[in-house]
Amino acid sequence: MADSTLLIACGALAREVVALKNQYQFIDLNIICLDARLHNTPEQITGKLRQKIRAHRSEHARILIGYADCGTGGAIDRLIESEQAFGEIARLPGAHCYEFYAGSSRFQQMADDEPGTFYLTDFLVRHFQTLVIDALKIDEHPQLLAQYFKHYRRVVYLSQVLDPELQALARSAADRLGLQFEQVHCGYGLLEGVIRQNVGTEHEDQTDHRLLA
Amino acid sequence: MTDENYDDEEIILSELNDEELVQQMHDDLYDGMKEEIEEGTQILLDRDWTAERVLNEALVAGMKIVGIDFRDGILFVPEVLLAANAMKGGMAILEPLLAESGVEPKGKMVIGTVKGDIHDIGKNLVAMMMEGAGFEVIDIGINNSVEDYLAALEEHKPDILGMSALLTTTMPYMKVVIDEMVKRSIRDDYIVLVGGAPLNEEFGQAVGADAYCRDAAQAAQMAPLLLHNRQAARG
Repeated sequence: MADSTLLIACGALAREVVALKNQYQFIDLNIICLDARLHNTPEQITGKLRQKIRAHRSEHARILIGYADCGTGGAIDRLIESEQAFGEIARLPGAHCYEFYAGSSRFQQMADDEPGTFYLTDFLVRHFQTLVIDALKIDEHPQLLAQYFKHYRRVVYLSQVLDPELQALARSAADRLGLQFEQVHCGYGLLEGVIRQNVGTEHEDQTDHRLLA
Repeated sequence: MTDENYDDEEIILSELNDEELVQQMHDDLYDGMKEEIEEGTQILLDRDWTAERVLNEALVAGMKIVGIDFRDGILFVPEVLLAANAMKGGMAILEPLLAESGVEPKGKMVIGTVKGDIHDIGKNLVAMMMEGAGFEVIDIGINNSVEDYLAALEEHKPDILGMSALLTTTMPYMKVVIDEMVKRSIRDDYIVLVGGAPLNEEFGQAVGADAYCRDAAQAAQMAPLLLHNRQAARG
């Protein structure tokens, strides 16, 4: 495909990037997602990305890495630099998804206002039990809850969609951690703009053609 | 022995010889069994082991195994925390005895997480392992500004400054602290160790630290060597 873009994204963004592809009818955007649980072992993220880049770069005009720095300490940037010679490649801006959803200045302001902020996104709200409670073995060892969260003061839910069910789940997650709750609606934030910039063909007609088929 | 018998078998710590007991304590530490570690610690003391020997052979050596398996992705944060809690149980018994024994600390360390960072699990593990390695540790907690670090250095006059960060967004603050130490001509008065999940060797060098420590066990291993080298260099 001459002008196609491959988005290699964190699984935590799967629902959102597919929603954007459908919304803008990006027919030249192909998406591959890696397991979101790689966030627990960030040192493994670049290795997995490298495999996917090398396996698929010949089929695409450009590659967009659907990760921010994500705790890799600059390793994703170093990977991108090393792969630049083989074709156009970029990543999402910022340190992590909270930052590109909220926008850098708004995120920095929230972090400065209260360093003890635990952030949730739609993905984390949906998978809170598995990725937070189960992964940290809090049900099994309730005494660990205080050790993990003693310095946190609030949960900020950076929502992508306005969904009362998710809002209720997010509030209940904050209750479970014993923290104050706030919601900041971000939509897709910078994710939307970066994908639009990196995809070759955007169809302005946003009609859902599946309904016309 | 059938599997059924094996599963039902209860290990009586006091019936084990010293070698078996130390091995069992390593296993219990690995499994985060605080009460068993406390019991094992007391048994070894009752057998006339010195507090220092119990600390080194039963607790610190066991915790090193935990550290290696954490680094290799076999254990995760919850298991390490449980092991650390178990070790603290043993150390609480040993600490008064170590203090009484009058053994001079090998050195002094001030440690804290940098400004904007409240994540202190790693920092607490380093503090614990450094104490286990015979250092006096002054833990200045979380979210420390340059002024906090400088005040602690002035007050406690440590040999080592340890800075910890979990976030990519906060780790550059380590350079702010070190640059200020350079500006005040006090950088060379201290060994500066840095650590935290997103850091690496190159980052440690780039910010001007003496060493990057990838985990608590490595910090406890590296600190005495760096201190020795520094003392030797100064004659």
